[in-house]
Amino acid sequence: MVTIEIDGIELKVNNGSMLIEAADEAGIRIPRFCYHKKLSIAANCRMCLVEVEKAAKPLPACATPVTEGMKVHTRSPKALAAQKSVMEFLLINHPLDCPICDQGGECELQDVAMGYGGDVSKYAEKKRVVREKDIGPLIATDMTRCIHCTRCVRFGDEIAGLRELGATGRGEHMEIGTYISKAVSSEMSGNVIDVCPVGALTSKPFRYSARAWEMRQYESIAPHDCIGSNIYLHTRRGRVMRVVPRENEAVNETWISDRDRYSYEGLYSADRLTVPMMNVDGEWRETEWDTALEAAVSGLKDVVDHSGAPQLGALIGPSTTLEEMYQVQKILRGLGSDNIEHRLRQRDFSDQDAAPAFPWLGTPLAALETANAILLVGSDIRREQPIAGHRVRKAHVAGAAVFAVNPVDYDFNFALEHKLVVDPRRMTSALAAIARHLVTITGATNPAGLDKLVQSPEYDTAARAIAERLRQAGRSTLLLGASAINHQNFAAIRMLSALIAELSGSTLGYLSDGANGSGAWIAGAVPHRGPGAQAVQTSGKNLAQMQGSGMAGMLLVNCEPDLDLAEPQSTMQMLKKAEFVVALSSYKSPALLNSASVLLPITPFSEMPGTFVNAEGRWQSFEPAVAPMGEARPGWKILRVMGNLFDLSGFDYMSAVEIRDELQKLVGDVAKDNSLAWRAPEAGQIDGGTLVSISDIPIYSVDALVRRAPALQKAQKLLGPGFRISAALARKIGLKDSQEVKVKQGDREARIAVEIDDRVPESCVWIHADISDASKLGAGYAPIVLEKA
Amino acid sequence: MNAQVKEMSKLALLTAADLKEIDSEIAKYPEEQRQSAVMAALRIVQDSNQGSLNQDLMDAVAEYLRMPPIAVYEVATFYSMYEHKPVGKHKVCVCTNISCMLRGSDGIVSHLKQRLGISFGEVTEDGKFSLKEVECLGACCGAPMFQIGKQYYENLTPAKVDEILDNLD
Repeated sequence: MVTIEIDGIELKVNNGSMLIEAADEAGIRIPRFCYHKKLSIAANCRMCLVEVEKAAKPLPACATPVTEGMKVHTRSPKALAAQKSVMEFLLINHPLDCPICDQGGECELQDVAMGYGGDVSKYAEKKRVVREKDIGPLIATDMTRCIHCTRCVRFGDEIAGLRELGATGRGEHMEIGTYISKAVSSEMSGNVIDVCPVGALTSKPFRYSARAWEMRQYESIAPHDCIGSNIYLHTRRGRVMRVVPRENEAVNETWISDRDRYSYEGLYSADRLTVPMMNVDGEWRETEWDTALEAAVSGLKDVVDHSGAPQLGALIGPSTTLEEMYQVQKILRGLGSDNIEHRLRQRDFSDQDAAPAFPWLGTPLAALETANAILLVGSDIRREQPIAGHRVRKAHVAGAAVFAVNPVDYDFNFALEHKLVVDPRRMTSALAAIARHLVTITGATNPAGLDKLVQSPEYDTAARAIAERLRQAGRSTLLLGASAINHQNFAAIRMLSALIAELSGSTLGYLSDGANGSGAWIAGAVPHRGPGAQAVQTSGKNLAQMQGSGMAGMLLVNCEPDLDLAEPQSTMQMLKKAEFVVALSSYKSPALLNSASVLLPITPFSEMPGTFVNAEGRWQSFEPAVAPMGEARPGWKILRVMGNLFDLSGFDYMSAVEIRDELQKLVGDVAKDNSLAWRAPEAGQIDGGTLVSISDIPIYSVDALVRRAPALQKAQKLLGPGFRISAALARKIGLKDSQEVKVKQGDREARIAVEIDDRVPESCVWIHADISDASKLGAGYAPIVLEKA
Repeated sequence: MNAQVKEMSKLALLTAADLKEIDSEIAKYPEEQRQSAVMAALRIVQDSNQGSLNQDLMDAVAEYLRMPPIAVYEVATFYSMYEHKPVGKHKVCVCTNISCMLRGSDGIVSHLKQRLGISFGEVTEDGKFSLKEVECLGACCGAPMFQIGKQYYENLTPAKVDEILDNLD
């Protein structure tokens, strides 16, 4: 610690910190443009010049380390004169277009010019003009306004890990851009809008739609991934106009993913369901709430009366709030059915009884970045959980070794020290190889049945290296991603991962689906356990069992059956065969219109209170920012009324908070333990075929809201059709890039253009699951046949 | 947004001789500082491609030095000696800085423009000459001067300029 004095105030500050940090901490305002606390120091804008006693000239506060006894003046005549002169230079080429600039009213340049600049400009010469650049559908550019602070360049380099923007040319000709015409591709690119101190980078979808001072700000939680990034919803006249990050160092720091930033557009999609609807003799009619609710309840009652409660089931989207999930299971269990499922994309349920009470991240989110070694198992973490991906990248930057056992050689923004890119059919054997090496290294007893699973001598060097590094790391973690959790052999993958974690002393974490995929276990939205993992009398049917046996009545909450499920075809068949289907949905999705009998409009997250539990077990509640659209109502209210109409007890809630508190009291502290006792897993095989499809959910297709956000969809389109094979396989079949191929899977056929991509194993086809042509195919890891068209 | 766009390798654009020369530059720096050779690499590649760079060549350099392409673009656009448009076989770089100007570089420039029929930044139709205005080349004692290739020509007069150009093939 050193003692310094700023503006006469004595401060004790850490050795090595910069003047600006000390001043910020003490609440002393120093103007700045290029300095950003999360980015490296550039000291190129010179706006933060301050007077330091005994220094000949003013010094930049952002790049001047504190020293003992330093006396600093931020408002002395010398400092003010320096700041005023810098401001004058910065404004030389800045256009006076504030009236038509989106940044107007929330512009650091405007604010600082007001506070520290001169009243009149002496500059009468020509200002330079810089052409705007097209850097994709998410970010609008007006590069004439740029003051070259390079925050966006440093953001790309240091935070996003993708250096896409740069400063080309020099002096008068220096420009910020991508140089070549190219859309920026970071999954966190929208953050450059926030770091940009001027109106050079602004939000494209939000452009020209509202002024900062017209909007109200509401705290909320992002509803797409297991991170639960803290956000602000900015609203005007009852409409969400945009989303910006809300700082929370423990969760999302100051960043949010593009998915969280731009998905709000989907709130106002043309197919929002705003009135209750009933299917009367094959025709959809809008109706009153009373009628719809009574029809829904009596229809479901009929099912219970005639076919029995076990013929009734519920599918709940994993981004549904805790309160709604809890009530759905309460209704179903009240009626005598345990068929409640939120694991919509999962395929293997064989070990569900051994699953942890609360499958969580295994470590606090912030602690991820202090790990010394991280093994990703079946995860494209950048796209699945962008903020978790960012933490992993931070760990890597700090020196951690990152490994992956993945079906595709995903492009990460960090280097993998070792990787096993394996055909999904060999995932278990690759993991078994790592586990086997750990047995040798630790001298532990060889668990029965492990040797049988090791079939991959070709992975041996990498497997051994991963095993050794994990064991030595001290702090290490395994993360199970979507292609592990949704794998046909998930039980074996989970068991082997738990074994690796145990032998290497690592934590084991789940990157769960949706905003509340971990919370769903707390709420009891699983067939075999009640809230807080309480035992149930008899386990209900899981998703696979429901699909297998067929159901007479279904309650769908927040799920589009053709897009949100692992096996859309068999789900649609199950729904079509069902006698009565009630859907609580925010959208009139065609699949629901095709299969449901009653549609009840529920509000999306922006229009209701609720709670999401993120993967680290953080309960984050939020309040509505705007009133419900049309006749739509918060799910908790609808479910409460349904509970009453079913004559079930315990549905007298006056608010969502009561529901949350009831659940919290019921479950107490849920054990956070992901460990698993060894039981030799069956190496279930994905049957037959030489080729197998790897279908994963593209980043902007994860839920109904994102799928309806036009800007994100445009961004996703830039990726191409999403049907990829390796060059070697293309040669074997005789295909060229972008050539059409005849695809057969099960009894379905399609013609799709292939893209050649060597990140795919030779025996696999990588499909983006919801791309229009590919959605005709089956899902998951299934045999597939390609023939030359 | 995903970055799942596959990039085609452009390394094939670099000749074996280029690579050998670039390697000898890389060897001057510590192992993990390959990118330090970027300026030399760009010069080598420019020299073996008729004196100018293009995006593909810059991408190839980026790939070889394992740098983000934009970082190479930044360097290549910062320094005026890297050309981004085709140049003539002989690139005539005329200094018009203060010493040369005082010693009559304006006359040299107008003579060159007239004789070659081109302005600054242009190439003669036969592709033999291009003209470029440059800042001080540090030969003020011989002003006015220009540089063609690696050769300085000093104390220029229109007649001397004609003689020099006539002797170039």
